[in-house]
Amino acid sequence: MCLGIPGQLVEFVDAHEHLARVEVSGVARVINIGLLEGEPLHTGDWVLIHVGFAMSKIDEREAADALDALKMLGEVYDDELSQLLASGAAGGAVGEPGGEMPAAVREWAE
Amino acid sequence: MRFVDEYRDPVTARHLIHRINELADGASVKFMEVCGGHTHTIYRHGIEHVLPSNVELVHGPGCPVCVIPMGRVDDAIAVAEQAGVIFTTFGDMMRVPGSRGNLLEAKARGADVRFVYSPLDALRLAEENPNRRVVFFAVGFETTAPSTAVTVLRARELAVTNFSVFCNHVTIVPPIRAILESPDLRLDGFLGPGHVSTVVGNRPYRFVAEEYGKPLVTTGFEPLDILEGVTMLLQQRHDGRCEVENQYRRVVRDEGNPTALRIMAEVFELRPHFEWRGLGFIAQSALRLRPELAEYDAEHHFDLPNVRVADPKACQCGEVLKGVIKPWECKVFGTACTPETPIGTCMVSSEGACAAYYNFGRLHREAAVTLGRSRPIAAGSSA
Repeated sequence: MCLGIPGQLVEFVDAHEHLARVEVSGVARVINIGLLEGEPLHTGDWVLIHVGFAMSKIDEREAADALDALKMLGEVYDDELSQLLASGAAGGAVGEPGGEMPAAVREWAE
Repeated sequence: MRFVDEYRDPVTARHLIHRINELADGASVKFMEVCGGHTHTIYRHGIEHVLPSNVELVHGPGCPVCVIPMGRVDDAIAVAEQAGVIFTTFGDMMRVPGSRGNLLEAKARGADVRFVYSPLDALRLAEENPNRRVVFFAVGFETTAPSTAVTVLRARELAVTNFSVFCNHVTIVPPIRAILESPDLRLDGFLGPGHVSTVVGNRPYRFVAEEYGKPLVTTGFEPLDILEGVTMLLQQRHDGRCEVENQYRRVVRDEGNPTALRIMAEVFELRPHFEWRGLGFIAQSALRLRPELAEYDAEHHFDLPNVRVADPKACQCGEVLKGVIKPWECKVFGTACTPETPIGTCMVSSEGACAAYYNFGRLHREAAVTLGRSRPIAAGSSA
């Protein structure tokens, strides 16, 4: 019950009862947005839903920045690895970036 | 799905794992993931086995279903079996064992027990059934407590008189402090609970760093979130810092959700004591309805047995909840205790460590074999 689910605001249904329609994975559902009182909400915004209530507005800029930062971490690593490979110092064991761990993360992509 | 799929990207995961390997410089470290949602992700995605062998994750007490003691389940069943009652509960609570069975068995004996998705669904049932007494079994940390609070205020606004709440809401800070005070466990940091923190914010955790000298990183629930949380904890250790940080910035604000906190304060007050499975009685660790809302308090309306019941001797949920043992180290794990016939609470909820390991542990072993890794895995466990 503590696992929240992201939904996108589609329509404000009832201002007094704080009801709004959200879309979750293509399915529409009416939720209560009263706990986000005071937070500017617009259709198209994403919220995190717990037991039928929007608990938090998802900050899309923060999400994008954090993902960019993670990807940058990968680029730095790729740069280092390609320099290492180019230098001829790498042994045959290293084949591709992060090649030492494919099995364990493969299931995530499935 | 937006805000889910992009946090499962294997390429970025590999980069994070590489960074973790760089930062984990050989010393053994043990981090506790406070929340059951974290435990679920860690087992489901095999994260334990992609971490270096000297970085260990242990699960904490943040599974609301798991920490409910047997006596409270007995109380719930006693209410459910009263004439004229419709007893409503989140699905997770249906199979939590009390001393004389669970709510599902009470339903089979004739009690009107119904699963609801939201407390507002329970209130609607009360409006539709004015001649019945509808009781909502309220469980959960600060993540679900505000929704119960809103529902109670809504019941008052609508003048619904046949609705009440059997309140078992608990708060997150006291068990974290209890674990820090526990001599059983030496921890080097915490992955802080993501969704509780949407409500309480990051400030309540400052004591973890300031009084106990342990770092805490509030962390989200997707695989990349967990890996980044671990990276941030290791980075603090590497830098010689000890701070409360927020990995889950897209959802958690430092100040939390002020509206939710205000409504909770309007509806609830702290109980002097509450019993936690595995942790015993912890002072001021749970919520009850304020006296002025007594008409919505099931404990005010019904006579409850209110008997303290010891856990079955074979069950080691207490140790699992404190991170002292791993699920497969419990003697009944996967044999007498399975998700179909749970003895302990940790085997019931999808957020429970035992259920998560039972359901996903097989993948771990395969991943470990493929990787040639030797993280201790249950000898002969049948998961």
